[in-house]
Amino acid sequence: MTLLVEADRLSKSFGAIRAVDDISLRVSKGEVLGFLGPNGAGKSTTMKILTGFLEPDSGSARVCSFDVVEHPKEAKACLGYLPEGAPAYGDMTSRGFLEFIAEIRGFEGAAKSARIASAVERTGLQGVLGQRIDTLSKGYKRRVGLAQAILHDPAVLIMDEPTDGLDPNQKHLVRKLITDMAKDKAIIVSTHILEEVEAVCTRAVVIDRGRIVADGTAEDLQRRMPYHNAVAIKVDAARADAVAGALSALSSIERVERLPSANGHIQLRAMPRNGSAIATDVAALLREKSITVEEMFVERGKLDDVFRQITTSDVGSGNA
Amino acid sequence: MHNIWVITKRELGAYFGTPLAYIFVVIFVALTGAFAFYVGNFFERGQADLQPFFLYHVWLYLLLVPAIAMRLWAEERKSGTIELLMTLPISTIEAILGKFFAAWIFIGVALALTFPMWITVNILGNPDNGVIFTGYLGSFMMAGAFLAIGSCISALTKNQVIAFIVAATLCFLFVMSGAELVLNFFRPWAPEFLVQAIASMSFINHFDQIVKGVFSLPSFIFYVSLIVFFLFANVIVVEQRKAA
Repeated sequence: MTLLVEADRLSKSFGAIRAVDDISLRVSKGEVLGFLGPNGAGKSTTMKILTGFLEPDSGSARVCSFDVVEHPKEAKACLGYLPEGAPAYGDMTSRGFLEFIAEIRGFEGAAKSARIASAVERTGLQGVLGQRIDTLSKGYKRRVGLAQAILHDPAVLIMDEPTDGLDPNQKHLVRKLITDMAKDKAIIVSTHILEEVEAVCTRAVVIDRGRIVADGTAEDLQRRMPYHNAVAIKVDAARADAVAGALSALSSIERVERLPSANGHIQLRAMPRNGSAIATDVAALLREKSITVEEMFVERGKLDDVFRQITTSDVGSGNA
Repeated sequence: MHNIWVITKRELGAYFGTPLAYIFVVIFVALTGAFAFYVGNFFERGQADLQPFFLYHVWLYLLLVPAIAMRLWAEERKSGTIELLMTLPISTIEAILGKFFAAWIFIGVALALTFPMWITVNILGNPDNGVIFTGYLGSFMMAGAFLAIGSCISALTKNQVIAFIVAATLCFLFVMSGAELVLNFFRPWAPEFLVQAIASMSFINHFDQIVKGVFSLPSFIFYVSLIVFFLFANVIVVEQRKAA
């Protein structure tokens, strides 16, 4: 795998605020890295450093093996960047804007037209090429930003909240575009929408207050949740005690929690020992004892919960 | 060079894509003419030259050039496009020169459109066209100096109104630095050489020389150095403050 983005111990402060604190990252060709974190965690600042917009206070970053501070032009030439909110020159038409980007990226004549045509087709901008960017809807404006970022078919694509504020159809379109391009690029996508990580990312890095707090696949993150692989079953309130007792007796189950549930039912949650899969054990037990259940499912550990758990660890200290 | 030209082209498009360009050109051409005829007594002087015309350029530039320059960087910062521009494979200097040249060319176009004055004076008499050419060149250089100041100030703020007021004030100080108003402030305490230095920064004094037909090299060097200095400061300001 070709390593396309490398960041070594990046730090950046704004006054007293340490926006990025000792962040190291590696992204290879074919990877889609989800950059997660609450608002203000330092996602955008990290991306601005990687794209050469900001200089880090310490540490270094390389894109396509070009140091972004030492060789900014070469590094910038091989990356496409969609800044937060997809800023564009509002007084230009979509076509004029893309022509400007193509020219500044060094394309002329037929190559320029071909690049623009391909970017326009991939982002579905055909209908609005003659329109001023100021007059476009949010979704189209974002697509113009995307077209601008992918115009030169960059090896590295960095997008800051590409789906933020879009409707579900537009989100789907953007995600599909990312998935389609994923194979031969290194892509970094920042987001605070967790479904996105599951939908498009091969890996997720969670940052909080400038530091990396988790790094792994979406499944790795889910595994950090205590409920991961727990089995929840809903039974009649009258039989709850008996069922709970039977479940507790299983060697693979650590303990059973009782959760209140409506309509005279009780929900029981069987927690596995060491996060192992216990669904088959539980199912066998229920069959053996002929217990009828209203509902039964395996808890995956919601990414939202994981996210909240690892990024709000010291809310109580008052500076979160 | 290629990158500078691409940016210049885009910026020029931005000027002419809005009513700003046409308003500016019309006002500039109308006012230069009006000042020359009514305030400068173009006819009454009975001389075939454009001195009364050039004389008021400095005051028009004082108002109009900061208005052109205020959007150069303040708008980029306000709309966030600076992040887009500065992550394209171009250097800060290229971006600054590209924008500066676009605005300068634009003022040059406005200045060129005052050509009826030149025709008029040629019909009425036999002026020294070399002097007139030098006058135009001097006027253009002075506009460039105003513009460089305005561009640098524009990069300091996101607010175009602030950029305009600060740039206009700074330009005014440069214009007036030869006048007693400014010099009397320094005389009581500053050493004589400093007072002299301040006086020599005056836009009016340098411009007067050029308009009177003296092709004074020091005056051109003065304007060129001012442009270079403020564009250099502009690079530093953009690099330091682009994220703020």
